[in-house]
Amino acid sequence: MKTIDAGKLYYKLLNEKIREAVDSGYRNITVNNVSGQYYIGDGIMQPVKIDINGIPGNDLGIFMNGPSIYVHGDAQDGIGNTMSGGKIVVEGNAGDVLGYSMRGGRIYVKGNAGYRTCIHMKSYKDDFPVVIIGGKTGEFAGEYMAGGVLIILDLLSKTNIYECNFIGAGMHGGMIIVRGKVNSDSLGKEVKVTSLLQDDLLQIKDYLFEYCQELNIDYNEVMKSRFTKIIPATTRPYKNLYINGFLH
Amino acid sequence: MFINVDQNLPRDISGCGISGFINTNGRRSSGRVCVDSICMMRDRGNGLGAGFAVYGAYPEFKDYYAIHIIYQDVKAKEETEEYLSTKLSIVQRAGIPTKKTKAIPARPLFFVYFGKPRAQSDVAEIDEFREDQEDEFIVRLVMKINKNIDGAYVISSGKNLAVFKGIGFPEDIAEMFMIDEYKGYCWIAHNRYPTNTPGWWGGAHPFSVLDWSVVHNGEISSYGINKRYLEMFKYNLNLKTDTEVIAYLLDLLVRKHGLPLKDTALAFAPPFWSQIEKMSEERKKKIERIRRVYGSAMLNGPFAILVGFKGGLMGLNDRIKLRPLVVGQKGDTTYMASEESAITGVAGNLDKIWSPNAGEPVIAKLKPAVAARLFGKSNKTVRV
Repeated sequence: MKTIDAGKLYYKLLNEKIREAVDSGYRNITVNNVSGQYYIGDGIMQPVKIDINGIPGNDLGIFMNGPSIYVHGDAQDGIGNTMSGGKIVVEGNAGDVLGYSMRGGRIYVKGNAGYRTCIHMKSYKDDFPVVIIGGKTGEFAGEYMAGGVLIILDLLSKTNIYECNFIGAGMHGGMIIVRGKVNSDSLGKEVKVTSLLQDDLLQIKDYLFEYCQELNIDYNEVMKSRFTKIIPATTRPYKNLYINGFLH
Repeated sequence: MFINVDQNLPRDISGCGISGFINTNGRRSSGRVCVDSICMMRDRGNGLGAGFAVYGAYPEFKDYYAIHIIYQDVKAKEETEEYLSTKLSIVQRAGIPTKKTKAIPARPLFFVYFGKPRAQSDVAEIDEFREDQEDEFIVRLVMKINKNIDGAYVISSGKNLAVFKGIGFPEDIAEMFMIDEYKGYCWIAHNRYPTNTPGWWGGAHPFSVLDWSVVHNGEISSYGINKRYLEMFKYNLNLKTDTEVIAYLLDLLVRKHGLPLKDTALAFAPPFWSQIEKMSEERKKKIERIRRVYGSAMLNGPFAILVGFKGGLMGLNDRIKLRPLVVGQKGDTTYMASEESAITGVAGNLDKIWSPNAGEPVIAKLKPAVAARLFGKSNKTVRV
């Protein structure tokens, strides 16, 4: 196991140190005193485990394909930006644009996530990104989403109704699953609510199990809930935006 | 040198960084905290602008307007001082102390004048203006200097408020102005990454007039509309940067029109009509009114701003939150910044930390007794 003190290290130096540790064969790396350094885990392909104490900077896990990153506290904006594989677990809250253009792997957040969670997230062949948020997200969850699944558990809710504006605005692929009910005025114009099928549940339950294990949450309790499934109403929501029916 | 800064520095694509805090008991702290905080977000800027505003900077002159001016050359200084001598009774003037800084090879001249409006030749000689007349007088003075005198720009004109800004990274500007040596109960700071206006000395943030100061991350796409609107009320926009409109809009809406700060935030970042539809009748009516009357004061485009005002600090996002803003609370101090790490990095563990919602102003005010001590009982702070 390798321990790195991030202290006031510039992000480039810190990321070089982490890469050096990975290249020298360490499989468990702990980074202490992190204070806002950007791009931690950037592009790392090996299945290493990275523990982060402190607050990692923006674009945590950007482009990565393999590592498991554990943040023992809050994290900032752009977590998992364009990441291909691996796992990021955040024990606190996350910032805006989490899972931005993510194309594979899992992001598990115990607390809340910010605006535009999973914006432009997409799946391709075997790559299927999964994001689970224990609390709430900001507005525009799943904006322009093209694939994968975003699950919002809203575990501290007392109403059983998930309130959030513009859910799935511009979404054209993948699905959003919300624990509890969602009123239609919470939805973006381009999505609709459907019932959760047994197949959907099969597809997500392993992820939920892993999420609950990682974050000490009662899986059985979570599975007792009713879920709402949100999917795009059409695969091309903006086909008439500029040409207004001209070609149709 | 003034305008023609080398714009071709190597750049990493980024956004601006903002940071600020206020101690609601009026306890003053050194600039070090603010410098450390903004420097933790160094990569949000590219060396083309940084600055600081500090409230409580000049306690010994707290009843006088502190006019900070940058001059391109001695000629601009002479011309401005001649003009000032006819308009202000100046009790103290000085060059703003600076230190030679390697990273900043060329810079303008910096001066500060402490004074009060002087009775004019065309008005009967009176000892004192009413406060609101004084403020109006100072705003016009600032506009006239910025517009009419070549190479002279007023950087700040509030009471007990100092703004220091220029071309450089925040640590360079802090070193040059020796920010560590100032003390204040409220600080705001900026690290600039200019996008569509030039990086120049007057275009660095904060933008300030009277007791308003603004730092901004984002861009104001409605600049043209806001500018034309402000021009109808005799504000001149000469600083070549979109953020300038925010400072003047605050002055117009709050000081002149008497709008509370929260309603001004509603004018800046109003909810969508579709959201207004869902509100209670009373709320609906109010917001509809604000949208109708102040449509031209709406700020379109992405922004996160910090606003220093007489007696407090406000943070505000655009209505769909296209720029980051985090707020932290520790004891009697409220922190606001673009990134959480820039708060925890200087404040350690906080009592509370959160991201405000889109268009939802976060306002921290000095306690009333503290405000009364600082401004006097009759001297009103901003209505929130």
